[in-house]
Amino acid sequence: MKSGDVAADMNDGARAFPDPEAVGRLALSDSGFVFDPVSGRSYSVNATGLALLRLLQKPVGIAEIVEALQAKFEGDAPTLERDVIEFADVLRGQLK
Amino acid sequence: MMAEPRLTVAVTGMNAVPENPGPGLAIARCLREAYGPRVRIVGLGYDALDPGLYLREYCDSAHMLSYPSSGSDAMIERIAGIHAAEHIDLLIPCLDAELPQMVGAAPQLAAMGIRTFLPNAQALSRRAKERLPELCALAGVACPQIKPITSPSFFRSCRAEGWSYPMVVKGPFYDARIVRNAEEGAAAFQSIVAEWGLPVLAQRFVAGEEYNLCGVADADGRLLGEVMMKKRALTAKGKAWAGVTIFDTGLADDARRLVKALGWKGPLEVEMMRDAAGRYHLIEINPRFPSWIYLSQGVGRNLPALLAEIALGRPVPALAAPRPGTMFIRYAVETIVPLGDFEKMIMHGALSRQLEGEGVR
Repeated sequence: MKSGDVAADMNDGARAFPDPEAVGRLALSDSGFVFDPVSGRSYSVNATGLALLRLLQKPVGIAEIVEALQAKFEGDAPTLERDVIEFADVLRGQLK
Repeated sequence: MMAEPRLTVAVTGMNAVPENPGPGLAIARCLREAYGPRVRIVGLGYDALDPGLYLREYCDSAHMLSYPSSGSDAMIERIAGIHAAEHIDLLIPCLDAELPQMVGAAPQLAAMGIRTFLPNAQALSRRAKERLPELCALAGVACPQIKPITSPSFFRSCRAEGWSYPMVVKGPFYDARIVRNAEEGAAAFQSIVAEWGLPVLAQRFVAGEEYNLCGVADADGRLLGEVMMKKRALTAKGKAWAGVTIFDTGLADDARRLVKALGWKGPLEVEMMRDAAGRYHLIEINPRFPSWIYLSQGVGRNLPALLAEIALGRPVPALAAPRPGTMFIRYAVETIVPLGDFEKMIMHGALSRQLEGEGVR
């Protein structure tokens, strides 16, 4: 997949996706502790959230994210896709 | 090999009280950690109960100053007397209310052999709260409107002038309160006038989160060693009780532009509100180190030591790269004070070697 395809995929499937650069700046710990070095905010996420954040730090589209999550966690694709979009929407609001 | 001469640094603001601590003790702590026994620290305070004056690990001696309201001549005379006993190399003032007199007295202090590293009177005046919009227009930094007010009637008529609630009511040097209606505004006005006098300032409210930056500007108006911090816990007076370092080039760029526009020299703290869109709005520039300055030592950018080196004409020391994600949490702790020490401070206005041996038995 080309980077342009990723952008298109993300725009089509997840309009609420945050700026990849902003997600990329987050410091992620295996414990689920998350620190934003620009805002100074910290968060805690569960294993699913942590896996999702790590995926969002890479140039991948929603289809690949859902596929990767399905390999690690239980859930059908439509449900996972909805959860990913919801999570990304919250994240986008936090990373302005 | 000759031993390096011991440096004597006098630091004001030893009022490290919990709700609104002066920065002096934190500055002394930074200097002690940078220089160890190679520095003699002279703590200067305005109240015999200023806690920092009694902490011998940070203050080798301590003296009381005359209040700024006593006038510049009284302050200079008092410092001259302290200098005769202590041989001060460098003076670091760190209270807003004393800065105008200290800046004015810098030539006399220099003539005595006391170095300072301060802005000139014009730069100090241009960062006064009521002049911030003018400064920000020049620097290209966002800033909420500020209006000096002399009567509480403003809070009833302000809507006709285009103001709305909430707004922030501030004293000329200290204090800031968010008010949500005319009654709260009038009450804040009366309280601030009673404590700090006129004028009181009304500032438009900026919704967002507060971020602070401290640094030292060199004699060429360049900002050095900036440390950025987000408050994580506040005292009842809105002062940082806990905080975490951040790094945002946008904040640093704004601070650099302000320092350049001012032609600033010396320490400063820039206080900004970051709105929901991520844009910074200047709310204050403090002409001194903040009380959270020990965090600079915590991230490898000991700013009081940097200031001392520059003031002494030495090369700028190497500083660590920005280190976001370092926290501080302040705590309250008691120090045991022999009654004799308190007696010396009350009776002589000083705790120094010359007075050792005297006191209550």
